[in-house]
Amino acid sequence: MTAVPEATAVREPAVVSGPPARRPRPWVAPPRPVWEEKPSRAGLAGKGLVLLLACLGILFPLWIVVVTSLSSRRSIDEAGGLVMIPKDITFVAYQELLSGGQVTRAALVSIGVTLVGTLFSMAVSVLCAYGLSRSGSLGHRWILMVLLATMFFSAGLIPTYLLVQSLGLTDSYLALILPSAISVFNILVLRGFFMGISQELIDSARIDGAGDLRILWQIVLPLSRAVVAVITLFYAVGYWSAWFNASLYLNDQDMLPLQNVMIQLVQKQEAPVGLGQAIKTGELSGLAVQMAVMVMALLPVAVLSPFVQRHFKKGMLTGAVKG
Amino acid sequence: MSHSTVPRTRAEADTTKKTPAASGDAAGPRGGKRRPGKLSLRLRFRRDRVLLLMTLPAVLLVLLFNYVPILGNVVAFQEYDPYLSDNGVVSILHSPWVGLENFQRIFEDSAFWNSVRNTLVLFVLQLVLYFPIPIALALLINSVVRPRVRAIAQAVLYLPHFFSWVLVIAVFQQLLGGAGLLSQLLRDHGYDGLSVMTDPDTFKFLVTAQSVWKDAGWGIIVFLAALASVSPDLYEAAAMDGANRWRRMWHVTLPALRPVIALLLVLRVGDALTVGFEQILLQRDAVGPGAAEVLDTFVWWNGVRNQDFGYAAAAGLVKGVISLGLVLVANKVAHLMGEQGVYKK
Repeated sequence: MTAVPEATAVREPAVVSGPPARRPRPWVAPPRPVWEEKPSRAGLAGKGLVLLLACLGILFPLWIVVVTSLSSRRSIDEAGGLVMIPKDITFVAYQELLSGGQVTRAALVSIGVTLVGTLFSMAVSVLCAYGLSRSGSLGHRWILMVLLATMFFSAGLIPTYLLVQSLGLTDSYLALILPSAISVFNILVLRGFFMGISQELIDSARIDGAGDLRILWQIVLPLSRAVVAVITLFYAVGYWSAWFNASLYLNDQDMLPLQNVMIQLVQKQEAPVGLGQAIKTGELSGLAVQMAVMVMALLPVAVLSPFVQRHFKKGMLTGAVKG
Repeated sequence: MSHSTVPRTRAEADTTKKTPAASGDAAGPRGGKRRPGKLSLRLRFRRDRVLLLMTLPAVLLVLLFNYVPILGNVVAFQEYDPYLSDNGVVSILHSPWVGLENFQRIFEDSAFWNSVRNTLVLFVLQLVLYFPIPIALALLINSVVRPRVRAIAQAVLYLPHFFSWVLVIAVFQQLLGGAGLLSQLLRDHGYDGLSVMTDPDTFKFLVTAQSVWKDAGWGIIVFLAALASVSPDLYEAAAMDGANRWRRMWHVTLPALRPVIALLLVLRVGDALTVGFEQILLQRDAVGPGAAEVLDTFVWWNGVRNQDFGYAAAAGLVKGVISLGLVLVANKVAHLMGEQGVYKK
């Protein structure tokens, strides 16, 4: 059970906190070592092209979704469907969706489940990770084994389903949180990071009279902001993206989160409850409404994940070796 | 926590008896072996009870939702009747036992074998078409030296990983579906529209393409980390010996990636029978079970939809046992290859 040494810091001097130092002229490449051949023009162009195509392959579909969601009925009809070049920007689809009704409720459900779930998952995971991170503590190897073993097997869909049902969690939001509340992988990542924190620091705090909780809160967590940010994002994205448990355990249509409503609206091409009339009479474009729901689902992650991006590698690498 | 007999810190506990003079020295307890018999169990429990208490919520959750359901697999040997009671446990207690009948039915069920075939074909397809892409992308990104270009490219490539499968499939539907962009363009130019999203013949390629779009970018992280840890001296030495950039890639870069590749292959093989459950379930109805049924959706269909729980649980159990075997074998192979597997020996 060893902590992985920080092997990543070789190339990018990671700025963990505080405002990033202004990099001078970032578009200019750092000097090449003398022994390296000069890159050929064709090679550079080829690399650039492949990279550009890969990025466009991801961004172009998203662009179309966003633009179509912002288009009026008229420009959508003119384009014969999806709009590639924005003509007249209108927020009418969003206004309709967010003025109460099915999608508003679903979005609120998703936000609520994500906030509560992430908080719960993080609390449980951080406590457990710290509890297992002090070497030589009683029983931590056994507990670790119990957790690790779950990565090798799964009890199966049917028994889990029956269990959640027997616990009376059907038609309760707890069914969306508890069964998938912790990921052993995430706990291991956190633990790996906590183990890297110097024992001397923790001991000195203890000699000053701090208990384990206080050490965790005031010393370990502030030193682990990067990895905590990454794991929080992982959990939050998990809750935000989840739809399967809701489809299993929630029978009440009004309780469904955004992803499940998106399945109904986009995949099954149903009109949102209450907006069917507006779409039929032509005031509102059904396509724009679908796209607006998709944008609502992708916006939070698209906005948040780049902020945490520079820490991803740290999070992934510490977890990659499970020891 | 102020019992004088209890060492106040774990470091003290380990060091005081060893070298009383050098308490708190640099050697510390970390990395050191636990020496049994140093402290009585009671004392260690008293010292570590807070730590144990901290792990309790997670352990309880894991026991409840990962271990307890294992017992529920007994329904695989029952003619389980969900209508006996609202409570699953009560139903299990009252359902008649049928021995191995469910398993017998499974092995005679052509739908089951169809789902096995689909699962294996998808696994191989993803291994061949998906697996090399993150490696190639990582090599490409790694060769880009301008920090800002790298950061932007990474931000874009990582992004789809955080999208839900519902969203990814919705995006693909807007592009390739019957009313999607591709059909739209074809119709504008006088061809018939076509719907890739509902075509059983190309479904497996579609699934692979969706996986690539969503996760290939994310897959490069692990490789980038491995690449960043290669000492530049190796490259310089190779260059001094006259190796050009391709030979340096072959003799320095790729060997550096070998452990990571082996580990990921092991993980993949261990997961061979799990090929994108949510992703396929979302598209199962549009394409039909003939092409889209995999083992996991087979279990879902028979259990959740048809309420044939015993049968579905039996299929799930077959899958689970084979999967466990696969992980263990794959790990063994990784160890034999001299690489570190999922767990250390």
